[in-house]
Amino acid sequence: MSDEYDNNKSYQAQSSEVMDGSAGSVNPDIDYVRPAEVGEQDLYHGHSFIEKWVFCQDAKVIGVQYFLTAVFTGIVGLILSWLMRLQLGFPGLAGFMTAEHYYQFVTMHGMIMVVYFLTALFLGGFGNYLIPLMVGARDMVFPYVNMLSFWMFFVAVAVLMASFFVPGGPTGAGWTLYPPQTILEGTPGSGMGILLMLISLSLFVIGFTMGGLNYMITILQARTRGMTLMRMPLTVWGIFTATVLAMLAFPALLVSAIMMTLDKVLQTSFFMPTILKAGEVLEYGGGSPILFQHLFWFFGHPEVYIVALPAFGIVSDLISVHARKNIFGYRMMVWAIVGIGGLSFFVWAHHMYVSGMNPWFGFFFATTTLIIAVPTAMKVYNWILTLWRGNIRINTVMLWCLGFIVTFVNGGITGIFLGNVSVDVPLSDTYFVIAHFHMVMGIAPLMVIMGAVYHWFPLVAGKMLHEGLGKWHFWITFLGAYSIYFPMHYLGFIGVPRRYFEMYDSPYMTSAVGMNEFISIAAFIVGAAQFILVFNIIKTLKTGKKAEQNPWKANSLEWYTSTVPPEHGNFGERLPVVHRWPYDFSVPGAKDDFIPQTTAPSEVIHTEVEKT
Amino acid sequence: MHAGIIFLLVIIGSVLFHIFTPWYWTDIASNWGGMDDTITLTFWVGGGVFVAVCLFMIYCVFKYQHKEERRAEYKPEDKKLEKILTWATTLGVCALLAPGLIIWNQYVNVPKNAIEVDVMAWQWGWQYRLPGADGKLGTTQVRNIADNNPFGINPDDPFGKDDIMVESDVINLENNRPVKILLRSVDVLHNWYVPQFRAKMDAVPGTVTFYWFEPNKVGEYEVLCAEYCGVGHYAMRGGVEVQDKADYEVWLSEQETFEQLSARYEKLNVGGNKLAKK
Repeated sequence: MSDEYDNNKSYQAQSSEVMDGSAGSVNPDIDYVRPAEVGEQDLYHGHSFIEKWVFCQDAKVIGVQYFLTAVFTGIVGLILSWLMRLQLGFPGLAGFMTAEHYYQFVTMHGMIMVVYFLTALFLGGFGNYLIPLMVGARDMVFPYVNMLSFWMFFVAVAVLMASFFVPGGPTGAGWTLYPPQTILEGTPGSGMGILLMLISLSLFVIGFTMGGLNYMITILQARTRGMTLMRMPLTVWGIFTATVLAMLAFPALLVSAIMMTLDKVLQTSFFMPTILKAGEVLEYGGGSPILFQHLFWFFGHPEVYIVALPAFGIVSDLISVHARKNIFGYRMMVWAIVGIGGLSFFVWAHHMYVSGMNPWFGFFFATTTLIIAVPTAMKVYNWILTLWRGNIRINTVMLWCLGFIVTFVNGGITGIFLGNVSVDVPLSDTYFVIAHFHMVMGIAPLMVIMGAVYHWFPLVAGKMLHEGLGKWHFWITFLGAYSIYFPMHYLGFIGVPRRYFEMYDSPYMTSAVGMNEFISIAAFIVGAAQFILVFNIIKTLKTGKKAEQNPWKANSLEWYTSTVPPEHGNFGERLPVVHRWPYDFSVPGAKDDFIPQTTAPSEVIHTEVEKT
Repeated sequence: MHAGIIFLLVIIGSVLFHIFTPWYWTDIASNWGGMDDTITLTFWVGGGVFVAVCLFMIYCVFKYQHKEERRAEYKPEDKKLEKILTWATTLGVCALLAPGLIIWNQYVNVPKNAIEVDVMAWQWGWQYRLPGADGKLGTTQVRNIADNNPFGINPDDPFGKDDIMVESDVINLENNRPVKILLRSVDVLHNWYVPQFRAKMDAVPGTVTFYWFEPNKVGEYEVLCAEYCGVGHYAMRGGVEVQDKADYEVWLSEQETFEQLSARYEKLNVGGNKLAKK
């Protein structure tokens, strides 16, 4: 207590020099910000092309590297989804499509999109680029480890892609990799394919841990003066909580990958019971396939939130900036993110209601799962209440945010069906599940990614993306994706099971022929529409309009760098000092409709700003 | 302006699709109507929330479009409103959870008079065994499986002798009599699923899982595998025929018991544990 008091006194003099011109009646304490506790970080600036752009230690470059590598895997995943839809909508049209290939494409599509695309993009891409900028740091705290993190991810992707070219092809076990089938003949890619998948996942987890430690410690230890936790943008809160989840959840994936590798290579029986195949009893016995499912979903469910929480955070910031209004209920939003993150470790077995685990678990996991709906609903209310009485720019960024709200609420509601144990019984393992998770953790986060790209592109590249092309990109993607997944729920009601290579030999499946053709055509169009963005980016980089500094009139620190795009070290000579939260938009009495985080209270003394 | 209109059309379109969809669940043929009812309830509550949230969003898009001269409202928090919304949501969630848990309680408690059926899955097919006159199934082991013992019944188990072996991938069931499906698998995961019965459960090698239902409509139904089980998953079918008591009794009397099957093999002199290792 007394220490703080002393500090207060000794810095009065310093703070008064900042306020120079303000009225003498102002209490000189109001601009006081605690001094930095540690000295500035030494940065290693690259000297050659390789050090600047390849083995680079600047988090922004690493972020872009993560982003581009993840987008590459995403394009592979997209092409695989086209091939799947080709088979489902127009079976027999592609002559090379065997059941083996189909299952391999399904598996690789799922694993790529969830782990190598979405997770890497949100945490590796946006996390690296935005965390240091938004908390006012010069870089991540361990830049070298950060560089290793990306290259480990790169090797993981290379190993994953290599599995397309090994004998037997990539694994076709479904992205959940359930044993025993995953490592037994009868499943495509049960030889080299699955081994490479397990190795790639292990490398991913190792690389990701390096990055994750950086994100966590940078946020906890390297925030600039005045950047209290409750003044951080929700983007940082989302990425931070997701990283904590990842650090706790990924080890479960790593150990299950190691145990399965041992089962495959050394014939241990962690997950393998006595098995009779082709008339022979195999060399396994006593293992539990359900144990793997528990481990997998102990990772797998938090994984959903590892993708969702950064999306929640980013979309909150985008909505607030473009509605020119503070995010409604900031503290509730923070606690909702943390609460959802915590609860996400107690719901995993809702993926396993009909897995054969003890059915009494159902009561517990249905209850925890539906409890999570409450903080999630609060976030949705707060987003739309942020729009309410706002001053909303209907630009491309806002359109993606609105698209996110529609798809996320839709997918969230269908989650209540599936979480509610006995309702899950008829719907599990049907197309209802596919529709649900694509809506809620495919399309909804993708909407946020796109919004974020249009929002931050002027910062990263210094040029404004073309609005007209952006709007076309949005409407085709949103309307197309919605018409893929909304009707798909009804296939699930009929009872059409997922992971069926062919499905037209039963009466209620035949009724789905028309719908499957329609969905496939929509999928081709939506996929192709993504190249509008590629075109837009190339065009903008060549001939685009130069972006002014802070074109959206935002408050958070990333827009207040010394140069645009920000250079290595981000903030020039002096680190910014933070005096407020990043959501002071449309404050009554203020000259502009935004007050940057760096504005001292004495500069806006006549406004009715609330203390944050 | 056009943005709000398109979003509005999407919401109206979704509601109309739901009302007029030709794709909806198959006619139910078991006691699990409660599952359908809970789905309908969830549709009303959840669908209502979806439409309300989206309409409110669209209203904001129309009403609060950007104007240079206007300022947004500045109101960081509204504790009262947040409290009301939290409690209303909690209530709604409880209203959906309660029926879900009640029906789950029925699902995990099998009626005493249920007839047990051993459903044995393999890549890629099904076979079925019913208890004999003693009403009990004999215990089994994967290692015992052989041509003369297709279910791997323990030869020393007296309950196994009169077990009824169904030589078909179609199982007959008696109408209006609860069935306890005992699932096991000799190789990988499978799931015995008849959409009209609504119920399902995975078959897991190394353990026996169960679920129950009471068929209440005479007819033939198709069995699908609902858990990915390798490359033949999509083609792994079976059948169920639900019959009235009289027809069922006739069918039952035509089936062979384990004892009869063993005797038949002994006569052919091709018996022996061909598959099991010494």
